[in-house]
Amino acid sequence: MSSLLRIIAQRLLLGVLTLFIVSIIIFTAVNMLPGDFAQAILGQSATDEAVAAIRRDLGLDQPPITRYWVWLTDTLSGDLGTSFAQANFASFTGSETGGGTTVMAQIAPRFENTLFLAGVTALIAVPFAVGLGILAALFRNSAFDKGSNMFALTSISSPEFFVAYILILFLAVLNPILPSLSNIYEGMGFGERLQKTLLPALTLTLVVTAHMMRMTRAAIISLLASPYIEMARLKGMKPMRVIVHHALPNALAPIINVVALNLAYLITGVVVVEVVFVYPGIGQLFVDSVKIRDIPVVQACCLIFAAAYILLNLMADILSILSNPRLRHPK
Amino acid sequence: MTRISRRGLLRSGAAAGVLAATGLPLRAQEAKRGGRLVAGLSGANSSDSWDGRTHSDIFMSAAAHGAVFDALTEVAADGSLKGELATDWEASPDAKVWTFNLRQGVTFHNGKPFGADDVIESLQLHVAEGSKSAAAPIVSAISEMRKTTEHQVQFTLESGNADFPYLLSDYHLLIYPAGQIDEAIANGIGTGLYRAVSLEPGVRFVGRRVDSHYKDGEAGWFDEIEYIAINDNTARMNALLTGQVDAINRIDFKTEALLKANPQVAIQEVSGNQHYTFPMLTNVAPFDDVNVRRALKHGVNRQELVDKILLGHGIVGHDSPIGPASQYVADLDPIPYDPDQSKYYLKQAGLTELNVDLSASNAAFEGAVDAAQLYQASAAAGGININVVQEPADGYWSNVWIKKPWCACYWSGRATEDWMFSSAYEEGVPWNDTQWDSKDSARFQELLITARAELDSDKRREQYGEMQRILRNDGGVIIPMFANYVQALKTTVGTPETIGNLWQMDNARMAERWWDTT
Repeated sequence: MSSLLRIIAQRLLLGVLTLFIVSIIIFTAVNMLPGDFAQAILGQSATDEAVAAIRRDLGLDQPPITRYWVWLTDTLSGDLGTSFAQANFASFTGSETGGGTTVMAQIAPRFENTLFLAGVTALIAVPFAVGLGILAALFRNSAFDKGSNMFALTSISSPEFFVAYILILFLAVLNPILPSLSNIYEGMGFGERLQKTLLPALTLTLVVTAHMMRMTRAAIISLLASPYIEMARLKGMKPMRVIVHHALPNALAPIINVVALNLAYLITGVVVVEVVFVYPGIGQLFVDSVKIRDIPVVQACCLIFAAAYILLNLMADILSILSNPRLRHPK
Repeated sequence: MTRISRRGLLRSGAAAGVLAATGLPLRAQEAKRGGRLVAGLSGANSSDSWDGRTHSDIFMSAAAHGAVFDALTEVAADGSLKGELATDWEASPDAKVWTFNLRQGVTFHNGKPFGADDVIESLQLHVAEGSKSAAAPIVSAISEMRKTTEHQVQFTLESGNADFPYLLSDYHLLIYPAGQIDEAIANGIGTGLYRAVSLEPGVRFVGRRVDSHYKDGEAGWFDEIEYIAINDNTARMNALLTGQVDAINRIDFKTEALLKANPQVAIQEVSGNQHYTFPMLTNVAPFDDVNVRRALKHGVNRQELVDKILLGHGIVGHDSPIGPASQYVADLDPIPYDPDQSKYYLKQAGLTELNVDLSASNAAFEGAVDAAQLYQASAAAGGININVVQEPADGYWSNVWIKKPWCACYWSGRATEDWMFSSAYEEGVPWNDTQWDSKDSARFQELLITARAELDSDKRREQYGEMQRILRNDGGVIIPMFANYVQALKTTVGTPETIGNLWQMDNARMAERWWDTT
């Protein structure tokens, strides 16, 4: 077990290093984009004086290295700062930052919404995909196998917004069962929130199913040729029992990895679906912030995205180790 | 061409490029209280707040100016000016000193009574140290604001301005409670018909009708209003088609037919002052030669642009920025597309052919690159070779506009002639995107100053008419089209006969003017 703890500690440390590198890359990338916050927010009304005033207020006139250093030290002390947009208004009203919204306060409700959507999707998609994968392995090369493969591949090959519109057409326009607008807000009841989240969750389910389902199917089928499965079959076990009791536990590691990868995708990659359904998640905030070059928010979002990948991958590795006795007790 | 009246510019339906002088059909005669309006609006940002100085798009102007806050004056749907927090006003003969009587018995949503101090302090916000308010030029033209009584304010202007009461209707100039402005900006405390219940920037606004208001019986019919930020065109259309919102702004022309086919949805279309332009820098060769500018004016097929870029949802412009929602719009002669005229003027300029770059990006307006290419194709016949330079949308307004000699641009238009001209055509102002000054037309700059202080309406009509003709003939801007405001609403929403055409969505005042008929 101590080896497991050591692995976790090692991976967390590497994770922090990754976050650091990610933050440098993002900061450089956003700075390389044409225009800055002052020009973006003023748009057509950008006069030289106004641009200079905003830059001065926000410290954008400092060299990039200084700005990055200030951001880094603040972040290390747990302060993600105030978004440029909010800081700009604070200087407008002359009320310093008095009660100004911090990046944390801005992101928290959006991130909560994103987690909610990811959670609902995962609850539907993971059992659905794994179940479908097991059945496909069980009835491999049958019409069912081919049909479900085709269905999964078709939905992953179509762009997300297309899948979304198809679902809207069938479930909201032609048969008004579900709302096409997922504008959830604070104080909304759980039932209503769930109902409004269902369409985007279904869309995402269709998008992520293929990957998980095909991995499940492939992992199980590759085991079906091994001698111990042969043995189980020769004992006269039912095919379903052979797969669920004997093949599946040994196929878990790759399945868990794929599930973790898809969960991370659900947190970081759902911008398009959020836009189509007007879902107030972190993706929209992220895109808005990139558009106006609001670096503190962009950085914070990226850290969250990177952390989600790192943590979910770590969890996947731990779970695969735990699911495999050979890895649990290394020689 | 028939004279365009500013009252008659409403039409429901299409009829490309033709202006029928009819109002929208009356759906319900009587407005009534009750119900809830849910509108899906574009133009929301995560940086939105109740600070009027930062408002630049429909979402916040509809929530603040159109519901929670009031200004001193208001442009009515028919374009006339009426008092909002001011009841009446009068000017000295030189239009320099203006006395405004304020409405009595008005209270802010937190109970504070409204008075002269609120007006003065709210206006001063725009010229405060470091302020980046878009309305700063309006307020900085006031040399003195004096509280004469608790309900009377006297403004002394640097120079006479007959439009001053109009300027005070601007959506940036919201009135906040004096001494509590920070709190009012944080929580949305105004004198408007709707109290702010919640504002999630870039997501959602909810307002509830105040119990009693000075506009009772005239406006403010809904019990509650909700504005949902839907920046995506298709999502907005879907929300209306599936009945989750009652009204949307800026419909997508390409899918307009789908909305039309739905019997529960009505399309509302008004022609306003929003125009798309191609400004050239008149201090840069070859555009410093008036003959080159004239050749270019005849090189574009304006009707084609209206048909193909606006898909008929607009009217042809004649290089004057004064649109149909203006008081003194002149009846200008159309500028025909005529390659022979282009050649003639090029010859006048001593040229046989002209090679110019035209910078465009869809950041200027939707379809700007296509419009530039159409221009290129039509101008070629007249010996003008336009090289269309596609610019990146990011930083377009900082790096291309007023920097490159000729580019694409848009203006949302202004309520008054003077405001429009002094924003973009007065010598030395920062947004003068054609560098238009007295070297081009001393007469124009002179008229701009005289007309501003002129209180006689007939004389002003003459003066502004002449200015528009100067721009039509010699100006440095090509204004091929005015784009309509097109919005859609459920047929269960009642609307008055006349719909405002100064801004989208009935001048962003649908919360005040519309009602629920169910």
